[in-house]
Amino acid sequence: MVLLWGSNARAAHPIFFHHLLKGLHNGARMYAIDPRRTDSAKWADAWLGIDVGSDIALANAMGKVIIDEGLVDRRFVDHATTGFDAYAATVADYPLDRAEAITGIPGEVIRETAIAYASAEQAQICWTLGITEHHNATDNVLALINLALLTGHVGRYGSGLVPLRGQNNVQGGGDMGALPNKLPGFQDVEDDSIRARFEERWGATIPATKGWHLSEMFEAMEAGTLRGVYVIGENPADSEADVEHARALLRGLDTLVVQDLFLTRTAELADVVLPAAADWAEADGTVTNSERRVQRVRRAMPPPGDARTDLDILVGLAGKLGHDWSWVTPEAAWDELRRVSPMHGGMSYARLEALGGIQWPCPDEDHPGTRFLHGRLWQDPIEGQPAPFIATEWVPPVDQVTEHYPYRLTTGRHLDGYNTGVQSGGFSSPNRTWATLDVSPDDAAKLDVHDGDLVRVTSRRGAIEVPARVTHDMRAGLTFMAVHYPQAADVNVLTIDTYDPKSGTAEFKATAVALDKVRTTDPATTDPATIGA
Amino acid sequence: MTIHEPPIDRGVPADPAAASATVTVRIDGQDVTVPQGATLLDACRANDQPQPTLCYIETLTPVNACRVCVVEVEGSRPLVPSCSRQAEDGMVVATDSDRVRHSRRMVLEFLGSSVDLSLADGEVADWFAQYGADPTRYGPPMPPGDGRDHRHAGHHHAPGPDAGAETVEQPVKVDNDLYVRDYSKCILCYKCVEACGEDAQNTFAISVAGRGFDARISTEFDAALTDSACVYCGNCIEVCPTDALMFRSEYELRQAEVWDEPQQEVTTTVCSFCGVGCNLELHTQDDRIVKVTSPKDHSVTYGNLCIKGRFGYDYVQELSDDLATTPIDEVLRAARTPDPDDGRS
Repeated sequence: MVLLWGSNARAAHPIFFHHLLKGLHNGARMYAIDPRRTDSAKWADAWLGIDVGSDIALANAMGKVIIDEGLVDRRFVDHATTGFDAYAATVADYPLDRAEAITGIPGEVIRETAIAYASAEQAQICWTLGITEHHNATDNVLALINLALLTGHVGRYGSGLVPLRGQNNVQGGGDMGALPNKLPGFQDVEDDSIRARFEERWGATIPATKGWHLSEMFEAMEAGTLRGVYVIGENPADSEADVEHARALLRGLDTLVVQDLFLTRTAELADVVLPAAADWAEADGTVTNSERRVQRVRRAMPPPGDARTDLDILVGLAGKLGHDWSWVTPEAAWDELRRVSPMHGGMSYARLEALGGIQWPCPDEDHPGTRFLHGRLWQDPIEGQPAPFIATEWVPPVDQVTEHYPYRLTTGRHLDGYNTGVQSGGFSSPNRTWATLDVSPDDAAKLDVHDGDLVRVTSRRGAIEVPARVTHDMRAGLTFMAVHYPQAADVNVLTIDTYDPKSGTAEFKATAVALDKVRTTDPATTDPATIGA
Repeated sequence: MTIHEPPIDRGVPADPAAASATVTVRIDGQDVTVPQGATLLDACRANDQPQPTLCYIETLTPVNACRVCVVEVEGSRPLVPSCSRQAEDGMVVATDSDRVRHSRRMVLEFLGSSVDLSLADGEVADWFAQYGADPTRYGPPMPPGDGRDHRHAGHHHAPGPDAGAETVEQPVKVDNDLYVRDYSKCILCYKCVEACGEDAQNTFAISVAGRGFDARISTEFDAALTDSACVYCGNCIEVCPTDALMFRSEYELRQAEVWDEPQQEVTTTVCSFCGVGCNLELHTQDDRIVKVTSPKDHSVTYGNLCIKGRFGYDYVQELSDDLATTPIDEVLRAARTPDPDDGRS
């Protein structure tokens, strides 16, 4: 049984969805929770068309149903968790009628979903940015974790909590310590004994306090305490929420260095641009996928012109700063990681090659890797600390839908697009729809808008013009735009930069907008790539 | 950190390799022991006796369409397809009897006389020699008939005295920037239909239309691919054994006589477009990516990709304008932005 929650994996993770479909063909059930009737939701036993940003109300109501129906895995809860009573008290305030009013999902469907999840032998909750691009992203995730703890659907083969990662190495970046509060292997930078071990090995002092995450960096730019920024492989001048504000802050820096494959909008603002190779085809190294599987990437061709691999650029930069890192090949850097990160210890290049990738933790060279985490919770006695229920309360999105901004805008991916489009815009996709504002037939009728008509979309931060696409997959009141076409339709001009204080992720998924028809457009005579540019 | 096996059963399935139940079959006089559930083809391969196959591939459900892998099983009246028939204890199997050889020869001759097998997987030509198959004995190829895509059952006439070998020849379909479909090379193995259907992509853009000799792979109502449900994952091309389905880049390079497979290198890496970790095999020629496939034995993809992994590499191709030094670039550039009036059907 799969709860696909805030994920359109059919478009965003197509090969994962192949595996999911195999399960469905074998009799697994799937409930899709998404504001849109996505291509993924069309495969579900039930589609729960949820109002944007009401996930905690749904999860808590499901928790209440599971408790009321006596479907709690008592053995697991008593054995491996803490905080059940406080959680039960919190979710008691989410009866079905209230949840229905908040989420827009019929109470009976919420009840059915909760019972199906709790009574399944094996059940997974898979989610993506529909859960995490909210001002209360961490609370959203905690609400899902609570459901897994309640039912014992964690730490077992076939059951678990599955955040589907959106980039080929976003997991690996975290693994390597590219987080403001972690050293490689998710070791806490503020732990004196851990830091001391790294300092001894590296013969250097590591700052004792955690750094800033991306949203805090922009706040520091605003406060004037961050004056120089070195951006590697990121395009914040297109991807940040409330992007005009972000661009102004980047322009105001004393120094901006950008290392990228492309002269992105961010690179155009830079003082120095370091042309980088496409690491997946022009460099050797590793990446870590969604299932914690470390796999090799290999150089198939040389980088163009003066471009160099990211590692090569960093080694060169270190040389200019007086440090000889010339010994650092991709494999040498990896072996250094294996020395300092216990969970990577057993992953030699030779083993990664022979096994086609290994899932961490893999502490030594005899270890086969780990198919799923948290099995410790089922040991008797339990190994380590029990897992806490952390009760969370629903709060609405910050950008409220009101009389003046009566529509909800949410964002996401198309099958043939990727992020700000710099990588996916180049190939010729026969199905590319380019930038559209997807609207429901009801709203289209109200606005007298047809396919291709140009619509002005206005939020509290800015306005853009974009052609409409009328689709039954949208519910009344909901609109959608893909994020891949900022040159044609600069959607992040509209989005709000309020972010989750714990994760730093901005609330891309919930923007309040007003819609006005600008003009009727004949789509046959208009190049869709240039509309609104 | 060590994960110990917990006292509570977490439902981890047993390692299939550790399964102990086996069966023993006698193949051409030799006893072969294989795990229960293995097919006769598995048993033959385990005994180092590869059998010819066309419609079989490990990643798809066998459909028993091509009949070239048939073997003789004692006690069975018809020959059986080894790719799907499970080995049973005590089976006595012949893979090279007169009946088997005759049947395989007929299959090869029917295909060879009616289908263009010039780009079929390498060993197909060897099988023709091995089984003494001579497609020319059906006479010279007949001129291609019209409207193969619109034929209905029952519209046939008895062949005249000068009749030769009927063929499936029809014009190449080039109706989009990513795929080319040359059904003159199609042996109706159904692999593409399966890969597009329940076995992998679940898009169902293509199926078998027509009956008998008029059967062909088709979109609904023979619509152009661009008007079909196709999502351009390329998984049909990946499994095609005769290159009836081909990437546009390969097609154009072959047309321009620039395609040079012996010079190509294949590098396995990981796709950059999401976190699933699909392995890509980048086929490069003169430092240009000319084709992308995926290893069918890797547990992440089983050979399948999506449109981004399959075709999203254009941004790393720095195509030169200098035709003299890099003829490949001119072709790839043309394939990237095709002229709408270039006679595509």
